[in-house]
Amino acid sequence: MKLAYWMYAGPAHIGTLRVASSFKNVHAVMHAPLGDDYFNVMRSTSERERDFTPVTASVVDRHVLARGSQEKVINNISRKDEEQHPDLIVLTPTCTSSILQEDLQNFVDRASLSSESDVILADVNYHRVNELQAGDRTLEQIIRFYLDRARKQSTLDRSVTNKPSANIIGIFTPGFHNQHDCRELKRLLAELGIAVNQVIPEGGYLKNLRDLPRAWFNIVPYREVGLMAATFLEKEYGMPYISITPMGISNTADFILQIEKLVNVWAYALSDKKLNYKFYVDNQTKFVSQAAWFSKSIDCQNLAGKEAAIFGDATHAASITKILVKEMGIRVSCSGTYCKHDAERFNEQVQGLCGEIMVTEDHTEVGDTIARIEPSAIFGTQMERHIGKRIDIPCGVISSPVHIQNFPLGYRPFLGYEGTNQIADLIYNSFNLGMEDHSPDVFGGHDTKGISTKSLSIEISDINWTLEAESEPNRIPGFVRGKIKRNTEVFAKQNNIPEITIDVTYAAKEKSSP
Amino acid sequence: MKTFDIPTFECETGNYHTFCPISCVAWLYQKIEDSFFLVVGTKTRGYFLQNAPGVMIFAEPRYAMAESEEGDISAQLNDQKELERICLRVKNDRNPSVIIWIGTCTTEIIKMDLEGIAPKLEKQIGIPIVVARANGLDYAFTQGEDTVLAAMTHRCPEFNCHVINQHRGDINNFGVADISPKNKLFDEAIRLNRCSLVLFGSLPSGVASQLNLELKRQSISVSGWLPSQKYNELPALGEGVYVCGVNPFLSRTATALMRRRKCQLVGAPFPIGPDGTRAWIEKICSVFNIKPNGLEERENQIWKTLIDYLQITAGKSVFLMGDNLLEISIARFLIRCGMVVYEIGIPYMDRRYQAAELLLLQQTCKKMKRPMPRIVEKPDNYSQVQRMHELQPDLAITGMAHANPLEARNIDTKWSVEFTFAQIHGSVNARDALELVTRPLRRRIDSVSDCRSLSKQTVNVQES
Repeated sequence: MKLAYWMYAGPAHIGTLRVASSFKNVHAVMHAPLGDDYFNVMRSTSERERDFTPVTASVVDRHVLARGSQEKVINNISRKDEEQHPDLIVLTPTCTSSILQEDLQNFVDRASLSSESDVILADVNYHRVNELQAGDRTLEQIIRFYLDRARKQSTLDRSVTNKPSANIIGIFTPGFHNQHDCRELKRLLAELGIAVNQVIPEGGYLKNLRDLPRAWFNIVPYREVGLMAATFLEKEYGMPYISITPMGISNTADFILQIEKLVNVWAYALSDKKLNYKFYVDNQTKFVSQAAWFSKSIDCQNLAGKEAAIFGDATHAASITKILVKEMGIRVSCSGTYCKHDAERFNEQVQGLCGEIMVTEDHTEVGDTIARIEPSAIFGTQMERHIGKRIDIPCGVISSPVHIQNFPLGYRPFLGYEGTNQIADLIYNSFNLGMEDHSPDVFGGHDTKGISTKSLSIEISDINWTLEAESEPNRIPGFVRGKIKRNTEVFAKQNNIPEITIDVTYAAKEKSSP
Repeated sequence: MKTFDIPTFECETGNYHTFCPISCVAWLYQKIEDSFFLVVGTKTRGYFLQNAPGVMIFAEPRYAMAESEEGDISAQLNDQKELERICLRVKNDRNPSVIIWIGTCTTEIIKMDLEGIAPKLEKQIGIPIVVARANGLDYAFTQGEDTVLAAMTHRCPEFNCHVINQHRGDINNFGVADISPKNKLFDEAIRLNRCSLVLFGSLPSGVASQLNLELKRQSISVSGWLPSQKYNELPALGEGVYVCGVNPFLSRTATALMRRRKCQLVGAPFPIGPDGTRAWIEKICSVFNIKPNGLEERENQIWKTLIDYLQITAGKSVFLMGDNLLEISIARFLIRCGMVVYEIGIPYMDRRYQAAELLLLQQTCKKMKRPMPRIVEKPDNYSQVQRMHELQPDLAITGMAHANPLEARNIDTKWSVEFTFAQIHGSVNARDALELVTRPLRRRIDSVSDCRSLSKQTVNVQES
């Protein structure tokens, strides 16, 4: 058993439901006790969804516990089949069904005999995978199901499209800024002269899935969901894929370079000669994206050398780390992710870019680390935003888990060239607010509060400060005060000084300055 | 207790949306200040707690998950040792006066013997451990509180009228049992001394003291509340104690109080709305043989202050989908406010515990000349939405899963969960309750062009 107050990634069935309900006309039936259908609440509130979430529960109650589900699941599936005529019904196991070990596959087999919809059982192991992995798996499963069937019925059209085209895989509900990212990606591709063959799962119709292989290549914007499907399509249908996230200027340039390479492999099929995007990238970087200019401007100079801590899913945390370090000259003291299953790749990505790498699912560990580092700004999830609130450090939200605030109505992509603008704003505003907040302190402003030790975990200091010395850190601007106080205490401890007088503070300051 | 039949009782499939009963943790940990709630179960429950009760998690709540892992399910790990380890950590970190274990579906299915382990660990770590099985297999939403309070009845001290008399001085200092014998009949005072009234149901302390005050006006002193603000202040229970519920979902607690603690249950309507509050006080008065004083004037006065809201509610129709068991009381109040209730969905209907409330509902319908609404137990949300399309109610009181989609289909909605978190008890809060109900009706705007329905699905239908 594990003591847990908060989790970054949800349980497996959430991932399955997210993918299933992103497709058009797919219904998910959960095998779960009453109250486990809170996914409907999450989707309906956070994304302000106008339509009923296509998820129902086949309720597990005492009777099911005693006698098994028997006909109940099958009846519920056929009922949904009659009521709403979905193309596909996904039977979704939960932790409860994994413990009950009922033969859900058997229910699926029997239900598919009588129902017009296709019925499949989401193949996820509750205890082994989390929300993101399950979403990844379910997406692959659905694609495989329909492609295999098309192949069997030989309705599969294996000719590639005349013009270069791509599938965008992994846009789904309620993903962090996914809708905006999708629009930006489509725009980017259009400007590159590449058609979008399909976007899945969001808004995709299952009957179109058999045309997936007609695209020249696949794009997986987020590492968390879509990679399995892309690998499957590469293996079975020889489709190459790009898994570079076009977030930030250099990543976007790399992304476009990859596209150029892939498309030019087929160059003979094009009427024109080889494609060259160099001019496009240059133009966009200089004029459409303001980020490159911004990082050269005086504003950004002020940010140079400032410290930041980053935490989020693997895709966003790694990309933002790269942007901060390489594009803005900000020091990233700590970069971390909760995607433990992707730790290796994450390490590889941020290696050399940051002071320390943190891979954990424990928010107290994240909080304590941030409190220890005391960065000038945090970029993280909603949890880090609250950590920042408590220790008075500004935070920009860059990754799920998120809040209704992170589903803005306005256009806020993180990807592509417009994304670089948005990210630059987000980063600059976080730091800027921090400076503004502290400038009154510099002028000895309104600060009459005591010294905050800025630590999340309660630590009792056994070192005394004389009254005089105590007033010394008050003269130091607030945003470095906690650190200086702690340095002084460390210094005192190292030198066995029981009481900190004003002399000690100066001695400590001398020692710590290089 | 007298039961009676209402001809329009129905029971559907139970395919409805509600919160998992462990959500009671979200308000109970705030109510019982020195408690710590440990939910024993899988990630699914933890994720629910984190998402459904919203951002409260960030305020350093005194609750956590003991998250079962694969080893726990397959019994490779020893439950008792695991729980001991976790409880010791909780003790070190937070030092609560009581740890409340919330059993979930998982612990039910794998038959983890929480009730058996608790007393052993209690001895070992020196903190009381209360076990409540608030799982989605058996219960819905607010019934979670019922299971916790029922478990807590066993921890209340034994009532002893002599001890109470001795301590009367102390109690007077707290202002709880402030009776001035001057104005009252002498034997009445003695009677009150011998009996004691305990109210059960978790209410914010402000609301609880308002109800205390209402009863004090009738010279009835409330000797305690279950739950109390602090675990150590649980009220004394036993023979000679009258108990009365303030919420309609507390039937197990009521049963435990009667059968296990030999208390006398006062079966009254619930103090929601001025009418409910008056009926509630009247019923308690009748038990204590007191003639209620000035209640009618007080009720009329409250109604007068509500007049602006009543103009909005008059003649409007409501559909309650049902998810928190407050539905009967709210419907009764709304009918009295002049509304027409089409349907009362309710997860579970205890006809004995709610008998007085049902009777008041019937009387209210007769009085207001409104049809008796159909009461649907274990409703089926899908069928309800179909019915709603036909009936086109002015207002649907429903869960968050349906609120936005219904709004998009041009049916105004009120999120039902707000009734469990807002202060709606007592005459004073009647305004707050109506404020909630009328909000969607007040903001009704016809300005958004000609869009009658903003649902995407309907648009698609028209296209195809």
